[in-house]
Amino acid sequence: MDGISHRHPALHWLHVNLFSSPTNTILTLLAALLLWQLVPPALNWAVFEATFSGTDSDACKYVDEHGEKVDAPGACWTFVKIRWPQFLFGLWYTRNFDQAWRPVLAFVLALGIIAALALPMFSHKQRYQIAAGALVVYPFVAYALLNGAWLGLPEAKTADWGGLTLTLVLASLGIIAAFPLGVCLALARRSRMPVVKGYAVLWIEMFRGMPLITLLFIASVMLPYFFPIGTEIDKVVRAIIAITIFQSAYTAEAIRGGLSAVPRGQYEAAEALGFGFWKSTILITLPQALKISIPAIMNSFIQLFKDTSLVLIIGLLELLNIIQVAARSSQWKGYEAEGYIFAAATFFFFCYSMSLYSRGLERRLDTSLAARRAQQD
Amino acid sequence: MVVVGTLYLLYVLVSNTVANLRDRSIKTSFAFLEETATFAIPLNFFPFWDFTLGESVYWDVFIIGVQNTIIITLLGIPTATILGLTLGVTMLSPNFLLRKLSTGFVEIFRNTPLLLQLLFWHFAFFPPIYNSLPPVRESILTGGMVINSAGIYLPAPTLAGSAGWALAAFLAVAAVAAVMLARHAHRRRMETGVGLPTGTYIVGIFVLALAAFMFFFGDQVGVDLPEKKGLNYRGGMRPTKEIISLWFGLTVYTSTYIAENVRGGILSVNPGQSEAGMALGLSRVLRMKLVVLPQALRVIIPPTISQYLNLTKNSSLAVAVGYPDITNIWLGIALNQTGQALIIVFMTIVVYETINALTSLATNLYNRSVQIQER
Repeated sequence: MDGISHRHPALHWLHVNLFSSPTNTILTLLAALLLWQLVPPALNWAVFEATFSGTDSDACKYVDEHGEKVDAPGACWTFVKIRWPQFLFGLWYTRNFDQAWRPVLAFVLALGIIAALALPMFSHKQRYQIAAGALVVYPFVAYALLNGAWLGLPEAKTADWGGLTLTLVLASLGIIAAFPLGVCLALARRSRMPVVKGYAVLWIEMFRGMPLITLLFIASVMLPYFFPIGTEIDKVVRAIIAITIFQSAYTAEAIRGGLSAVPRGQYEAAEALGFGFWKSTILITLPQALKISIPAIMNSFIQLFKDTSLVLIIGLLELLNIIQVAARSSQWKGYEAEGYIFAAATFFFFCYSMSLYSRGLERRLDTSLAARRAQQD
Repeated sequence: MVVVGTLYLLYVLVSNTVANLRDRSIKTSFAFLEETATFAIPLNFFPFWDFTLGESVYWDVFIIGVQNTIIITLLGIPTATILGLTLGVTMLSPNFLLRKLSTGFVEIFRNTPLLLQLLFWHFAFFPPIYNSLPPVRESILTGGMVINSAGIYLPAPTLAGSAGWALAAFLAVAAVAAVMLARHAHRRRMETGVGLPTGTYIVGIFVLALAAFMFFFGDQVGVDLPEKKGLNYRGGMRPTKEIISLWFGLTVYTSTYIAENVRGGILSVNPGQSEAGMALGLSRVLRMKLVVLPQALRVIIPPTISQYLNLTKNSSLAVAVGYPDITNIWLGIALNQTGQALIIVFMTIVVYETINALTSLATNLYNRSVQIQER
């Protein structure tokens, strides 16, 4: 070992990381072989032999020696290039493309709120106020923008929403609406009143035991039964109700985990100060519990964001479904792979950045002594 | 106050539902289960419970749905576990290339929706592979298998009469013997410090059980070979394209979560433990097997059981590729055909909640057994 470390640093790195033992060398060669088998053909397909130009599927075909139209060997990104407004904003906003600034503005506003929460210029208390305010106000602002009727703009009914816009609406509304419900359920599950506790346990266990698809099916069939005869419920609203119910059970478990991780002394101290249940919960224990449960909530949000694609099954045109529909149209038949890869890249972008953000948040919120010492060093 | 409030809410919901059901003339009785099902169910991979169009009743549809959900779960769990374990261990490999490859694989498949992956496998990835297979007339015939562009046909073992129950009984006896042997070996190691080659013995026990079964019931065991009838092959076991896509997709997706569990579990073991093993002169493999993994398993197993539950729940995405699981043929097709919303929804919920309850029971039992050992 000693002799090697005197070599060039790059050689040393290679030795330690790739060729430190015979087994290691074999593994390196196998991995390299796998990469060699996969990467060049994939690059060829996706970049070098791909079509980026043109306005219809003829751009991705050529006429062979028999005079027949044949698909070019590479990917046909023309499909994505021509259809992206649909993928991002849905059919209505593609028809009324001059209105597409509305979903964009709603999205930018959401990013602004997240940025304000992440920036260090606000104190903890201000961040709390921003978050609470945003949770209440933002859904209405977003609805006003997307629907447009309140602002005197051309109306886009919920049934007209589609693409990535609908995916984001379902996911964010699901998590926002599920949050207060989840807090109540978590508190109820720790309650000493058997009826309250029983309800919470039943609700949480029932909806955690069911697949979301099953719940979406049930919601789309059964929900109308629970309302007075003749009530019409929008498909999107049915999906949102199902998603909210589903998500509330997961949020509740995340928050319950946080509540039981708050040291007992905190509860006792609140009692010693003469605080009642509500005062001690809102001022002492819940803020600490929420902080502890943020990573878990974030994870279940990422899960939910991926799961919104399931509304495809009940026929909503969210990102995945609108791509699927486009790839089955007579013009773009056979270009599913390109569409799926675009969808995968979009989902990956959102989920991966959220998981990076949540890891960062976890580190920042870790106010334990060890973490603070580590920051000072 | 809470009680009064919820009772009122319940009253409103129930009265609305009753009014709606009366309005749509839906009866809440199980009588429709005896009615003949009016639709065909796509081919079963393992026809444990047969379905005949025009004869089978809705009760059969339900059983087949449950059976198919269980089959895909039982297929998916071992493959996802093996792949997940491999990925989890390689994510911690000292080899740079291998580590990055498996980490990349896990990140890609964890951060995209399972539904998207299933659609990709089923509609974009597998079809070119099937298309490259030879047509029916030029099928590849090897070892009783038939491979052609219509799919894959495997020879199926058939058990006549009571041989199926006998086989189950023999395997159960072997399983009990294996558990007793493992306990004995553990006790012996605790007392004398010398273990037994338990793994080899257990394989031997099962081989012995199968041999005994063949000796007594061998004449009732047959093989159903795929045969050419008309334009296509029939008979044998036929893994449909749907089950292959679903199995593949569930395996890949679930394995990434298991890999994260494995990685986290191994990292949670204090490095001092591994160093102590090194000081005792244990090799890398033995250190992993005797020191790190037994401790890591306590951390790995509970979340992995919940991933198995997730796999079961995710198998409901079968509807996207057309595999006949319970959500697809029962909650989807049967409900559409009969309109018996209440009963069908109720039965579906019961199935999933039973699976859920069994899983959490298993987790609790495991956690308890681990806690006793911890002292």
